[in-house]
Amino acid sequence: MAEQKSSGGHLAAVRTPEDIAGQRRFEAIIADDSRIEPRDWMPEAYRKSLTRQMSQHAHSEIIGMQPEANWITRAPSLKRKAILMAKVQDEAGHGLYLYSATETLGTDRDTLNNQLLTGRAKYSSIFNYPARTWADMGAIGWLVDGAAIANQVPLCRASYGPYGRAMVRICKEESFHQRQGFEILLELSRGTEAQRKMAQDAINRFYAPALMMFGPSDQDSPNSQQSMAWNIKRFSNDDLRQRFVGMIVEQVKVLGLSLPDPDLRYDEESGQWLHMDLDWDEFKRVVSGGGPCNSQRLARRREAHEDGAWVREAAAAFARKQQNEKNQHDQKAEVA
Amino acid sequence: MSSAVIGQDSQNHQSNQPSQGAQKPPTSAGWPLWEVFVRSSRGLSHVHAGSLHAPDAEMAVRNARDLYTRRNEGVSLWVVRSTDITTSDPDAKDMMFESPQGKDYRHATYYKESEGVKHL
Repeated sequence: MAEQKSSGGHLAAVRTPEDIAGQRRFEAIIADDSRIEPRDWMPEAYRKSLTRQMSQHAHSEIIGMQPEANWITRAPSLKRKAILMAKVQDEAGHGLYLYSATETLGTDRDTLNNQLLTGRAKYSSIFNYPARTWADMGAIGWLVDGAAIANQVPLCRASYGPYGRAMVRICKEESFHQRQGFEILLELSRGTEAQRKMAQDAINRFYAPALMMFGPSDQDSPNSQQSMAWNIKRFSNDDLRQRFVGMIVEQVKVLGLSLPDPDLRYDEESGQWLHMDLDWDEFKRVVSGGGPCNSQRLARRREAHEDGAWVREAAAAFARKQQNEKNQHDQKAEVA
Repeated sequence: MSSAVIGQDSQNHQSNQPSQGAQKPPTSAGWPLWEVFVRSSRGLSHVHAGSLHAPDAEMAVRNARDLYTRRNEGVSLWVVRSTDITTSDPDAKDMMFESPQGKDYRHATYYKESEGVKHL
């Protein structure tokens, strides 16, 4: 596919009549705020940008299974274990919806998977932080899934049809994730002093990384503007972050806990929540491999992929065998 | 009709490179791509839900159950190999769907003279 894309790039330089007509149709659809579907003509840069965004999103869901799967055996009750398993299964599902949607852009699953396994693809920096305590399951659900929802709800209206449809499905399921996380923290906050401390400590560690999930500030986000012009993104990173802070500032009161942000205040004039400066050097370091858990996450992912090889091979062999038997049966029927 | 055999959502390059004809749809570890259709409740049609990779039809149904019906989303599933779906040609869309346009007499709303007549 990569070769085809680059040859497509050369063709684009020539600008065939099909390209010119396609470009015109594409622009009209975007101007109309309608949806682009897989077989429509689209600019190579649009295809590339979406492929990058959607596959990173899919990888994040897949890697995102790990911090929580890590707690399944230690969840404090059978019900908590069942809930956590359902959540981890959802993350796998979200990854698969998004991989399928990405494939409609012309990059096949194996290529996408290899990009993750070889460390060439990025995924959300948040999953490179360790989940140290049971309260982290709460903070991840409330803050991390909460930030993800704030980011993802507008993506349901993304101009690329398959992406928007995948996001609708995902958003429906994410709301359970956020609530269950909040309730873990709520229960701890009503518990012993040690439990309250544990909940506060988890919030303290996940607050800033969760705010960074929205991505760099607007002026430092090179892809943002183009992405908004194409109706993929609907709001800027900073706008979404603002909105999210406004929500959790109220929610944390219900927990009787606090957000670890000395600068947090509502600015009447601008009508915006002002939060502390985020450490974008840390963000860059973590997203490009230098976080506390990057190597562990990738190693675990590779191990799981390699451990599953025999299952994939056996299933493929069984399918071939069945097909052969069917072919023989059909042949016999023909002869008879 | 386009002769290109493609998956519901799974191919697109024909429109950019019409001269190349049908391409092989994406595969995963030798597992073909399947399109999944879910009937959400009795009395409704099966609706396209998405796609997945699976080695054979039986596994495709099982995977579809895990992937697309974790919350009672369906009472019945169909899976179809993406390569077995033939679609209309998106580039010929205007020509293909042009004829109903300008034929608004096919709609009840075209007939104005009878407005106000009860039960009509």
